[in-house]
Amino acid sequence: MNARSIPRFSIAATLAISLGLAAALSSQAPASPSLTILSREGRRSIPIAMVADQEFVALDDLTSIFQLTTREDASGAVTVSYKGKTIILTPDQALASVSGRLVSLPAALTRNAGRRWLVPEEFISRALTLIYDARLDLRKSSRLLVVGDVRVPRLTVRYETVGPTAGRLTIDAVPRALSTVTQDADRLSVKFDADALDAPNVLLTPQPAPSLVTAVRVVDATTLAVDLGPRFAGFRATSQTLDATQRVVLDVLGQAQTDATPPPAGPPSQPALPPQPALPGPAEIPAFGQPTSAIHTIAVDAGHGGDDEGVHTAEGVKEKDLTLTVARRLKAVIEARLGLRVLLTRDDDRNVPIDERTSLANNNKADLFISLHANGSMRPTTTGAAIFCAAFDKDAAQAAAALGTERLPTFGGGSRDIEMVPWDLAQTHHLTQSEAFAALLQQQFHDRVPLASRPIDRAPLRVLESANMPAVLIELGYLTTPEQAKLLTSDTFQAAAVQAMFDAIVRFRDTLTPPGGTP
Amino acid sequence: MSARRLLTIAALTIVAISIVSIVWLRAPRLTSRATPRAAAAPSPTAPAPPGRKIKARLFYVADDGMRLAGVERDIAYGEGASEQAREIVAAQIAPVVEPLVSAVPAGTALRAVFLTEGGEAYVDLSREVASAHPGGTLNELLTVYTIVNALTVNLPAVTAVQVLIDGKEVETLAGHVDLRQPLAKNLSWVQ
Repeated sequence: MNARSIPRFSIAATLAISLGLAAALSSQAPASPSLTILSREGRRSIPIAMVADQEFVALDDLTSIFQLTTREDASGAVTVSYKGKTIILTPDQALASVSGRLVSLPAALTRNAGRRWLVPEEFISRALTLIYDARLDLRKSSRLLVVGDVRVPRLTVRYETVGPTAGRLTIDAVPRALSTVTQDADRLSVKFDADALDAPNVLLTPQPAPSLVTAVRVVDATTLAVDLGPRFAGFRATSQTLDATQRVVLDVLGQAQTDATPPPAGPPSQPALPPQPALPGPAEIPAFGQPTSAIHTIAVDAGHGGDDEGVHTAEGVKEKDLTLTVARRLKAVIEARLGLRVLLTRDDDRNVPIDERTSLANNNKADLFISLHANGSMRPTTTGAAIFCAAFDKDAAQAAAALGTERLPTFGGGSRDIEMVPWDLAQTHHLTQSEAFAALLQQQFHDRVPLASRPIDRAPLRVLESANMPAVLIELGYLTTPEQAKLLTSDTFQAAAVQAMFDAIVRFRDTLTPPGGTP
Repeated sequence: MSARRLLTIAALTIVAISIVSIVWLRAPRLTSRATPRAAAAPSPTAPAPPGRKIKARLFYVADDGMRLAGVERDIAYGEGASEQAREIVAAQIAPVVEPLVSAVPAGTALRAVFLTEGGEAYVDLSREVASAHPGGTLNELLTVYTIVNALTVNLPAVTAVQVLIDGKEVETLAGHVDLRQPLAKNLSWVQ
């Protein structure tokens, strides 16, 4: 079998791998253990033989799967060959000579009762991998061998209770695999961008009823279900990259515990119970949508619309449709996870004047303005997302600063200092924060959204200049580059981009909100 | 003189008057058609027509598509700053052949260039600069700064440039770059 011979992974193969792996991992019957081999061509299992507490596999099983040739010479040594490269095994030595280089094995080559040659499993990861032309990733604890570039992240899950009304579920994926989290009634679904998952069917055994998370289990090829308890009230998902690990942290918040039984109806003279001290807040758990947040409203601008189609491809992909789709997804995620108010400058296919877009944000006192676009280039190979902040020439910035404040009378008497800012220069007062947010976006796009060679730029962009709050324009990629157009319209990319933007918003909010205080 | 001869003379006279009238009436239009226009500006890659030349740095889309690349070209000499500005823009927006790629949409014609005493230039382009624009923030930035930098780099007297379309001020070309004010030279968009 040559893992590189099939470049595309068919749905059937994915299904076969995934279902097979789930079955293999869930039914690890100790009586007949087997090694599951996953590749682009599907799944196979070969039996594992136990010899002196050591796991062996039959050499002829490996020979047929990996198209090896074996030859036994008169001295009893066995030569394993693949495309001109050789491994020499000797029955009484826990060593293998791989193209002349010695590697150690935990046990020597041996025969079983049926006279078949057996090799320790480590033969695959220490010797065979050195002569084979595809990656061989042996995961002994899962009894899994991943061949080639099949993406099978190993998942580990940890759940901690943080105070009486919150919990934190940490899901680590190694090697890194992006994921998206969605809520469906009393369940959170964590879908991974992978071909299969290396995880037992149940990652978190059922927890007692008061727990906010009651179980975590595999529900399909690439999705985990997080079952939620009846007290669940909301969650926030964040993603971190730690070397080879992609970590998803789900902070879950429960409803405050209330005494279900009403206080007894005593005589009016009965002294009231002293007020109960407030329950301590959960450590490290953010208070979702609490009034202490520095961000209450976010304006999301879906670029173009109506007869202004923006960039469009020969295949009919239009920038105006892409921006609307991503804007809607971003709104849904922010509202569901943070409970913030999100305004869309348009929620259908219509032309919205630029000033109207900014007016919506300004008049609703939005705390952040995000304009979504897709880029175009005269060259067909330009790629990468870019984040733009507004740029003003020196004269304009000085003019804005020179206006200063004006003391105006207020209703009911007295006066109030009003900062005077020309409409077209409103953004001059927020440039520092806009650039800070752009830097967070760049940070969160890393590894998730391909970035242009200069990911952050400043330009005199009309839609940003009048925004009276931190504002950025995000070009998600180039529709004029065929590979990028395909990427930008994919569900996986859009989910990753939305997650990255969401994470940047959370971090930006955290920078504006002092711990435990009002900004 | 016979009647027949009189008739012949009369016919010839009418024909002569008609010819003179036609020539007289058509002459101004023929003259106006011969007036040079910006759209007929010489291509920087075409053989240079006879006449005095100057060196100018023109801007085209760089290989990576992310920035502009400056290219030195011989362009027609213009008498005075205003006429020279017109020659520079005409050369800049003229069609080019590979490997050069222009950030100015094909079909864009130069209508006029005005200079102010304050060093601002107003470049009036035909509507194709917007209607034929492929869109995208970067594309639009490169289109705008092609024009802005072509004038500000080659004519020190020009400090800022505003693009007009069909003689009118516009907000943007394709929905992104603010064109309501003259823009200063910006070489960060040049490699």
